[in-house]
Amino acid sequence: MRFGIVVFPGTWSDGDCYHSVNTILSQEAQFIWHKDTDLSGIDCVIIPGGFSYGDHLRAGAIAAFSPIMKAVTQFATHGGLVIGICNGFQILCESGLLPGILRRNRTLQFRCRWVNLKTNNSKTPFTVSIPQKHTLRIPISHGEGAYYADETIIKEIHDNNQIVFQYCDTTGLVTDDNNPNGSIENIAGIVNKDGNVLGMMPHPERACEDLLGSKDGLYILESIIESSSRLSGYSKT
Amino acid sequence: MKSLQKLLDQSALTQSEYKLIVKQLGREPNEVELGMFGALWSEHCGYKHSKLLLKLFPTNSNNIIVKAGEENAGVINIGDNQAIVMKIESHNHPSAVEPYHGAATGVGGIVRDIFAMGARPIALLNSLRFGPLDISRNKYLYDGIVSGISDYGNCLGIPNVGGESIFHPTYSSNPLVNAMCVGLLNHSQLIRSGPKTPNTLLVLVGAKTGRDGIHGASGLASRSLDSQSDLRASVQVANPFLEKILIEACLEVAATGILDAMQDLGAAGLTSAAIEAAANGQLGIELHLDQVPLREKGMTPYEIMLSESQERMLLMMQSKDLEIATSIFEKWDLDISVIGQFTDEQVANIRYKDKEVASLPIKALVTPPLYQFSPRKPKELTKLQNYDLSQLPLPVESPNQILLAMLALPNLANKQAIYQQYDHQVQDNTVVLPGEAGAAVLRIKGTDKGIALSTDGNGKLTYLDPYQGGMIAVFEACRNVVCTGAKPIAITNCLNFGNPENNTIYYQLKQSIKGMATASKALNIPVISGNVSLYNESSNSPIYPTPIVGALGILEDIQCHVTSAFKSVGDSIILLQAPSTRVSIKSLAGSEFLEFYHGLTVGKPSINPAQEVKLQNCILELIRLQIIKSATDCSEGGMITALAEACILGSLGLRCDYAKLKHLASDGRWDALFFGEDQSRIIISTPSTQIQKVFNYAEKHQVNCITLGTVTADTFQIPPFFDIPINIMSETWNDALRIS
Repeated sequence: MRFGIVVFPGTWSDGDCYHSVNTILSQEAQFIWHKDTDLSGIDCVIIPGGFSYGDHLRAGAIAAFSPIMKAVTQFATHGGLVIGICNGFQILCESGLLPGILRRNRTLQFRCRWVNLKTNNSKTPFTVSIPQKHTLRIPISHGEGAYYADETIIKEIHDNNQIVFQYCDTTGLVTDDNNPNGSIENIAGIVNKDGNVLGMMPHPERACEDLLGSKDGLYILESIIESSSRLSGYSKT
Repeated sequence: MKSLQKLLDQSALTQSEYKLIVKQLGREPNEVELGMFGALWSEHCGYKHSKLLLKLFPTNSNNIIVKAGEENAGVINIGDNQAIVMKIESHNHPSAVEPYHGAATGVGGIVRDIFAMGARPIALLNSLRFGPLDISRNKYLYDGIVSGISDYGNCLGIPNVGGESIFHPTYSSNPLVNAMCVGLLNHSQLIRSGPKTPNTLLVLVGAKTGRDGIHGASGLASRSLDSQSDLRASVQVANPFLEKILIEACLEVAATGILDAMQDLGAAGLTSAAIEAAANGQLGIELHLDQVPLREKGMTPYEIMLSESQERMLLMMQSKDLEIATSIFEKWDLDISVIGQFTDEQVANIRYKDKEVASLPIKALVTPPLYQFSPRKPKELTKLQNYDLSQLPLPVESPNQILLAMLALPNLANKQAIYQQYDHQVQDNTVVLPGEAGAAVLRIKGTDKGIALSTDGNGKLTYLDPYQGGMIAVFEACRNVVCTGAKPIAITNCLNFGNPENNTIYYQLKQSIKGMATASKALNIPVISGNVSLYNESSNSPIYPTPIVGALGILEDIQCHVTSAFKSVGDSIILLQAPSTRVSIKSLAGSEFLEFYHGLTVGKPSINPAQEVKLQNCILELIRLQIIKSATDCSEGGMITALAEACILGSLGLRCDYAKLKHLASDGRWDALFFGEDQSRIIISTPSTQIQKVFNYAEKHQVNCITLGTVTADTFQIPPFFDIPINIMSETWNDALRIS
């Protein structure tokens, strides 16, 4: 399959995402400049981490208005797979592709560390290959990662089973002690109603090799590859 | 027209330097010209007080590609047609005045030094020194400095993989911020700072030029801090986003192969970048200041030449290639402007609105007078060194209590409150993360290789003996690299001292440099770059002399690396040390324990270079042959702290038999045995089946080898002294610095 990795000025996980899907998983990948609008031939769009436009105004706020995000919105509306990681999650929220927002960490400080994730919904295109009851070990690296939405939205994403990942302990227990940023309900990642757009604060592309401390990120990328083979054609409209 | 004295003051030039300038020019310089001399003859750019001493450092090796002092940073070969570029630099005074932007621009400046060479920056490290945090001014400086580094480095997408932070009253109000950057390049990508031919264009790119940072080099970096508030305007303002896109745009232009040379604009701004480029190319320059994109209206030629606005680079190329560069910079929405060209005659002609505003010979500008002073050993130092430690009483508190209290000292506690604010994993290369070992380990993608990086320097030990302290800084940085399994191949250093015109400070500077040179020669590794920060004083009190060393090591096989943590229950714990080690009360010289418990900073630290080298070689072989599972050196806090950390990091306990240990302390002092800070000691762990091999290799390398005990499940036990559950120890150690 072919991944399209969006590059804004200030993006810095583009290279890591490319390394993971191309070097490690042997998939085709290309960078897509923020001023471009062409997503033809792309099976999955990755919006990587970084500080797009320097996070000026608000993280992701300016990127949401870039030419490429119009194309990504259209792509997503037609069922294309989109994964936003870290700054990518913030951009998806600012673009309205995902509900809610990311606020400053409750410590008011940047946090880079390993976290554990519980997978709540194994039926999304991003989670099908994650072994049942397996706690994922993946790093976070952000200053604005506290997920927030009002009660109505929280209820809605609960009811629709959109809360995909929650911060937890090594056994999968979701507690406040294991909430690294103050996210409501320890939310680490959500999908849209249709399930084809995922936003997550942790960085799966940093957890794809034993040498770097974990291979759990591969489950997420492999899920995408697995799902894409079933979805292909559908996403290329 | 300002009075001459006022002009000299703002340029930090002396009357005799002024006379020298007049003599060399055959006339009086105008204000712009004087400003240019002041900047280039400053300590920061010209090294006028330290250059003659820096010549003592070994700078050559088989692997050297660019030597110290030749370019913006040193370059060393790591095989496979690849090279590492690295340098450490201080931003102490700006950080003391305006901590957030001072520290942030320190990171920005060192990163530009690295990509100016054509290298992709792959790692950052920081050595930080603060006063005690219970003083509110120090807390303010600490918060500002850490968040400045965090915000700037994180935005750039360069992992901040290591460093150290030490707290001591000597750094109150004069914190140290030493930032190190490491870059990777293929040999063919190396870019020099001076072009080869006249008519080459000088192209200024990146941020517009503003009034910030004027006199940063001469005013801030080259004088003591007395009236800080007046100097705020001399500190530059940081824009990490701009730097990030500047890196990408410059490296994209570099990849096209059109660049003849590249320079960063750092201290002394355009003056230093352009003049040094001309000097390195043995050419002259003609600059048209009207072409410099300005942030503010009405800036004078003086201000344009001396502005230290950040995030600017100078690209040098032929006019036929300008179009290629322009299209790349337009893609990134960055300013690009041709501001002049190189000329045959080695003269700098600076023009503004069709008028010549400066005309100076390049050679005079880059040849400051060099000073030497007569070093004088401070009178009180001999007294401190000869202090009779044997009269100190044994502690009456329980060793358990003392150890827990020590683990909560800011200098010994877990530093995650600091390093978790830095992204240390971006770029997907960080194999050993901050806190896991004394050095960070990064893999080099596409190869089996890895590099290890560490920064170290102990101001207290250097204060007590500048020569030994200088040696210890080099050896400890390299020992930390060695304890991961990497062979040291180069070092960089940052020399943080007080006012060198004071003979006792000059003594510290000279002795430290001599010590560092001795250690580098013993290890057979070159100093490939560095920086000098003098005048670190406030309220007339100099800081402890603090040479910081950044070490680079190479792992041929990245799979064969180890960390500090104990790994499995039942493993044997072994101490490897220099055979000349004689633990006694004298081992407490300059130790954390001595200061914490007795309130003393006395004694005479020492290290044996030949034995240290043998110890390092022994550890390298043990790790390469995969005989040992962990390694960590004994440094601040002594052997007991090293053992405690190895337990906490591995979530394991230990049991040692005191009967087997007590003979180690020749005078029977348990305080010295556990808390003494003798150099050249490394604690390793190994499966019991491998013990004999460890002893064999120790013998081969003439290293002393002592079995201390065994790794256990959950308690730290050395009866009758210590018996502490690891979770208690861990909590104490983890929580001490957690400030939000």
